[in-house]
Amino acid sequence: MAEDYILVMEDIVAGYEGHKVLRGVTIKVRRGERVVVMGPSGSGKSTLLKTAVLLVKPWSGRIVLDGEEITRKGVDLRKVRAKTGFVFQSYNLFPHMTVLENIVLPQVIVKKVSREKAVEKAHQVLREVGLEGVENKYPLQLSGGQQQRVAIARALAMEPKIFFLDEPTSALDPELKEEVLNTLEKIAREGIAMLIVTHELDFAEDVADRIVFMENGVVVEEGDPHKVLYNPEKERTREFLRSIRRRRLAAPQASQE
Amino acid sequence: MGVFDFLVAYLPFIAQGSTVTLQLTLFSFALGFVTAMPLVAANLFGVLPARLLSRSYVEVVRGTPLLVQLFLIYFGLPSIGIKFDAMTASILALGLNSAAYQAEIFRSAIKGIPESQFLAAESLGFTKLQTFRYVVMPQAVRIALPALVNEFVTLIKESALASIIGIVEITRRADYVAAYTFRAFEAYLAAAIIYFVLCYFFSYGARYIEAKTRIPGYKGG
Ligand SMILES: Nc1ncnc2c1ncn2[C@@H]1O[C@H](COP(=O)(O)OP(=O)(O)OP(=O)(O)O)[C@@H](O)[C@H]1O
Ligand SMILES: [Mg+2]
Repeated sequence: MAEDYILVMEDIVAGYEGHKVLRGVTIKVRRGERVVVMGPSGSGKSTLLKTAVLLVKPWSGRIVLDGEEITRKGVDLRKVRAKTGFVFQSYNLFPHMTVLENIVLPQVIVKKVSREKAVEKAHQVLREVGLEGVENKYPLQLSGGQQQRVAIARALAMEPKIFFLDEPTSALDPELKEEVLNTLEKIAREGIAMLIVTHELDFAEDVADRIVFMENGVVVEEGDPHKVLYNPEKERTREFLRSIRRRRLAAPQASQE
Repeated sequence: MGVFDFLVAYLPFIAQGSTVTLQLTLFSFALGFVTAMPLVAANLFGVLPARLLSRSYVEVVRGTPLLVQLFLIYFGLPSIGIKFDAMTASILALGLNSAAYQAEIFRSAIKGIPESQFLAAESLGFTKLQTFRYVVMPQAVRIALPALVNEFVTLIKESALASIIGIVEITRRADYVAAYTFRAFEAYLAAAIIYFVLCYFFSYGARYIEAKTRIPGYKGG
């Protein structure tokens, strides 16, 4: 039933200028479902997320977003972007705008919301991510964790139907990860669909309805979080999880993944 | 009359040319700015023909003398029926010339904006134009500010060429004084002093603006 799915990606092949990264990936996300994607560096996780919102154009395959095929010719990209929210590893806030303006401007110029309504919404989403009182600060005056929460708020304010998060905490110090993960858990409980790339195992276990393990541009294994995290079928998945757990034990400060 | 007395006597007369010099500079800088915008947009985001056109413009303008460009506009265009007064011709020549340099300044400033900024704007649904207007330009202007000030100061100095087609600015006034007093050295020394003061004033003022417009938390420029 296509209608049950907010996102269906079928047999996606994609890459960059002759360099193939995704080699036939199929991934489906139900409405309200939270899917976590894991996999070694370079396996194509970021490319997968970018392809889902056409920030990277697939070479072949089919993508259906909210019941509408977006891989056909002449698709309205703005409609795609209106339904999707994207949070990047490096926050990507606009450094020359205040926090408030970062959240208000996209609503005003993309969704054509009145400025007044947009400001109201901005306050609401900032409250949601636990960041009141920083409205007039500039992004670079905030901690990494705060910046990432502003990025989350900015995406939330656009009221997307599905949220894409690409390693939202991996650029953060361990003590700052927690605040962002808590925020995301809270948002997850509100029932918005999410496709999240993360290597935070505890978070994945708490939040995910399903875990997808990718390697070398294909899905190697997917299924129930407990099953994939504690009793994976494939040796590669097992190895990968072992390496993450080892790294976590060996270097609790490590934040580069 | 010693050099000092000469300066006291004639410097004020020559300095009065500053108004015209600054008019020339301001108008041509502004013309350069508004012309540079479509040039940069075409160069970076345009379709191939627009890109080629923009690049050719920059190459040709930078590869020919400003004086020749001025003569083309003032003496050349009337032969095909387009006639400008000396002031307009000077502003056009200086401005269209500056456009090429400002386009280059902005192009490299925009190149300095991380790819992630474009991705963020795109992911939020900004059109290319909105990205340019709200994300790229405000950051590019700040990055480009030192080079733009440099360009402005260059224009102050280059506007001296307008004296050749009869604009009575600083250099032209120095010409008059030199012809009248037969003391060319002192006359042009006075002009040099005035140019230097102007340039210094604007460079210094720019540092103030830079500090004012600095993005809080931003490292460096
Ligand atoms: N913009 C780009 N241009 C060219 N090649 C790219 C680009 N982005 C990624 N790649 C390449 O595509 C491959 C997959 O990259 P991708 O970022 O999707 O992997 P990833 O699974 O997200 O890795 P990581 O865990 O390091 O973030 C890599 O070989 C990478 O070098
Ligand atoms: Mg990645």
